Amino acid sequence: MPDTPDYSWPPMDKRRVMGKRHTRMDGRLKATGRAKYASDVQRPGMLYGVVLTCPYALARLTSIDTSEAEKMPGVMAVEPLAKAGDLIQYAGYEVAALAATSEQLARDAIRRIKVQYEPMPHVVDERDLSKVGARATKAAEWKQGDPDQAFKDADVISDGFYGIPVLDHCCMESHGQVIEWKEEMDYWPSTQFVSGVGPELAKMLEIPATNIHAHMEAIGGGFGSKFGVDRWGEYCAKLSKKAGGRAVKLFLDRATELAIAGNRPSLFANVRIGAKKDGTITVWQSQSWATGGVASGSLPPRQLPYVLFNIPNQRFQHTAVQTNAAGQRAWRAPNQQQLSYVTCCAMEDAAARLHMDPIEFFTKNMDYARPIEPGPQTYKDQLAKAAELAEWKKLWHPRGESGSGTVKRGMGIGFAMWAGLGHESHCHTIINPDGTVAVEIGSQDLGTGTRTIIAMVAAETLGLPADAIKVNIGDNKYPFSSASGGSTTVGGVSASTRKSTMNALVKLFEAVAPALGAPAGELEAVDSKIRVKGNPAKSLSWADACRKLGVKPISEMGENTQRGPGGLINRGVGGIQIADVSVDTETGIVKMNRLVAVHDCGLVVNPKTAESQIYGACIMNICGALMEERILDNQTGRMLNKDLEFYKLAGIGDIGEIVAHLEIFPERDSRGVIGLGEPPAIGGIAAIANAVTNAIGVRPPVVPLTPDKVLRALERRA
Amino acid sequence: MISKKKPEAPPKAGVSRRGFIRGVGLGSGALGAGILEHTAEAQTQAAKVAGPGPAPITLEVNGKPFKLNVEPRVTLLDALRDHLNHTGAKRACDRGSCGSCTVLLGGKAVYACNILAIEAQGKPIQTIEGLSAGAQVHPLIDAFVENDGLQCGFCTPGMVMASKALLERNPNPTLEDVHAGLAGNYCRCGSYMGIRKAVLAASKQMKGAGRA
Repeated sequence: MPDTPDYSWPPMDKRRVMGKRHTRMDGRLKATGRAKYASDVQRPGMLYGVVLTCPYALARLTSIDTSEAEKMPGVMAVEPLAKAGDLIQYAGYEVAALAATSEQLARDAIRRIKVQYEPMPHVVDERDLSKVGARATKAAEWKQGDPDQAFKDADVISDGFYGIPVLDHCCMESHGQVIEWKEEMDYWPSTQFVSGVGPELAKMLEIPATNIHAHMEAIGGGFGSKFGVDRWGEYCAKLSKKAGGRAVKLFLDRATELAIAGNRPSLFANVRIGAKKDGTITVWQSQSWATGGVASGSLPPRQLPYVLFNIPNQRFQHTAVQTNAAGQRAWRAPNQQQLSYVTCCAMEDAAARLHMDPIEFFTKNMDYARPIEPGPQTYKDQLAKAAELAEWKKLWHPRGESGSGTVKRGMGIGFAMWAGLGHESHCHTIINPDGTVAVEIGSQDLGTGTRTIIAMVAAETLGLPADAIKVNIGDNKYPFSSASGGSTTVGGVSASTRKSTMNALVKLFEAVAPALGAPAGELEAVDSKIRVKGNPAKSLSWADACRKLGVKPISEMGENTQRGPGGLINRGVGGIQIADVSVDTETGIVKMNRLVAVHDCGLVVNPKTAESQIYGACIMNICGALMEERILDNQTGRMLNKDLEFYKLAGIGDIGEIVAHLEIFPERDSRGVIGLGEPPAIGGIAAIANAVTNAIGVRPPVVPLTPDKVLRALERRA
Repeated sequence: MISKKKPEAPPKAGVSRRGFIRGVGLGSGALGAGILEHTAEAQTQAAKVAGPGPAPITLEVNGKPFKLNVEPRVTLLDALRDHLNHTGAKRACDRGSCGSCTVLLGGKAVYACNILAIEAQGKPIQTIEGLSAGAQVHPLIDAFVENDGLQCGFCTPGMVMASKALLERNPNPTLEDVHAGLAGNYCRCGSYMGIRKAVLAASKQMKGAGRA
């Protein structure tokens, strides 16, 4: 028996659980309404917390008086969050919080807090760079080759302007938590980082981290906005303490949620592309700017062009604009959507300028992708597959040549890349003498199917059905697992689960080897049996094998500590999306016909939930391309659409048909497990915008392509 | 329907909803006769005004009567969640836009955040908890799970209840009918593809089992 067991995945054709379409294990818990989200937690004597926010985008707070609120019946704790002299830099910033015996009383009381401000001139609109003044800072510059000479030498030059605004994460469960701070603290956060929020909150409150028990059964959406404790975690804890340790439930109301609890930066860019007659791009130049609110909107150098890193001549200049709006947070594929949008739209415009089929133009220029995965060939294969599934040859027409009717049909392309890898994750496997198996990880399931993945990996290793594995996650009493972000969870937990369950299985083999009369190294676990390799007749049922443990369970750990490839997991995936839309040129309404998404993601553990991830990401793309944006009012500096009536999301009838194609074949599979959360949430916005442009023959430069923007573009054409 | 019982706590100084309307009526000629009629009605029914303090009400939830004491301004959603620990219905927008709080009131799908608890008396209320109360869960729940019509699951109870209302009035929906029936429910994770399949599959299965 070697010291280190062979952790590598069984060959694709030998797997019995992984790679099969497994139904989500917590589906029934959620669909019956029995799953307890943090916002569902009820505690004896629980109080309700509410916050008071600043109505001004930039103001000096001159006085705050909480005395009247403190005297209100039912109010148990008041926490001022700002003091006279403080500079408030965005509307929605919390200036006070309180907890009362009912939410209604809490809302009555919060209105009695008197705050005075001296409003100051603000900047909330970054769209026109000439109007932001000193808020703009040069953030990055990059040059390679000789762009000026290359433009002189180019056969064709294509100029364009492209914009993609700030949008909100808009989680259905708002940010917040329940905290009960007695001697020790129970903490029910809505978080993407169950293992991390306890230590973070402990640091804020200067208490031992061992005193905080964080637990979360389910989370109502995160999308990158729920990594930290946030201010509300800290003041919720303080309210509980002030109220003598009574539990406080404090979740942001929808308006505050949309104003402050998560947005992704915008990106605007003037792009010039030079190309040869045969469609080869020779030079790229872009001047871009973006805002991430008070958190600025900087980009590192070399972000544009996206994917096509090796275009020989490039000039990239980026300006960050600080505005009086809540700071950006990571948004499912941070910056990738924006970069993909600008790059793929500029490419589509260049193709039209050359009178070339965009599939041909994109395919040709994919040679500029780096020679690592996702490399040129991956993109070329995906372009071909996506074109086939979208019936490109049959349905595509040159820009604007869509017949004489008032409804115009069009198609467009967008591409994506993402790293993946796997985050740090530690897994504990317990095999009990009664045959039951528990796998424990301090991770969380954001709706991506993490619980199911863990069970499937454990079941594959132990030769059991997935339903036989009890998966314990969502609690910081389990071994540390990092935050669920950047599509790193599936890599992290599948590697740690594989190692931990394999280590446990080796112990079980050692325990039953004498009974089977074979060395432990000669045993295998298949079909709920432990048997001798090559002699299946010599076997013990799983239950009988575990009984040999007597009274002592097996307890083994396994880790994924490296972020890079380690045999089990990998990095670097691509993706191509092709949109097919119809545009009513009389109303400006865009209708989705079809969105085709072709993606590679290495070894696909559960194709069923992986497809759901792709569908969901495609729908987010549809929202971003056609509906959603955060609208701030220049006059007042406040968000105008901070409700779900006017912050527009796609409904079930708005999405057309979505075709998700996962590349599942040995070459991809042998790379190991790679995450899929981000990749499909990138290329679709560009694809849809390009499809609309292809349909109507003119580019509406700034998404979302609401009817007014489409009609304005058509006016320009006429 | 307003409770005829006397509120336990006598109305405190404050403004009842009718009092507010009266105030608006007096100061606002433009609103005209409609308001004056309401004013007259309000005066004759003054004794029935509940609140602003807690008032005893009875809600019939999933076939069982529940007595509770809530302020008249408490919504049906908050009464279910905060007073009856029926947390399946979720609060997401709290303004009747997203459908996460959908329950059936008198058999009709409603946004529980848009209805006062006090107004929900006298009609049967069905919540997601009622669909898995017995030994068998409702076929819609199995269909949502089997067809992966959920991801984070926060909108799911509302989706299932809206689907139930749809199938009750139209046991044989087309895809277009499903789109119309669920148009009032948002899913941010984007589980609509699975939801479409789930509702159509449940409709088939329920017909097969003789259930409408």
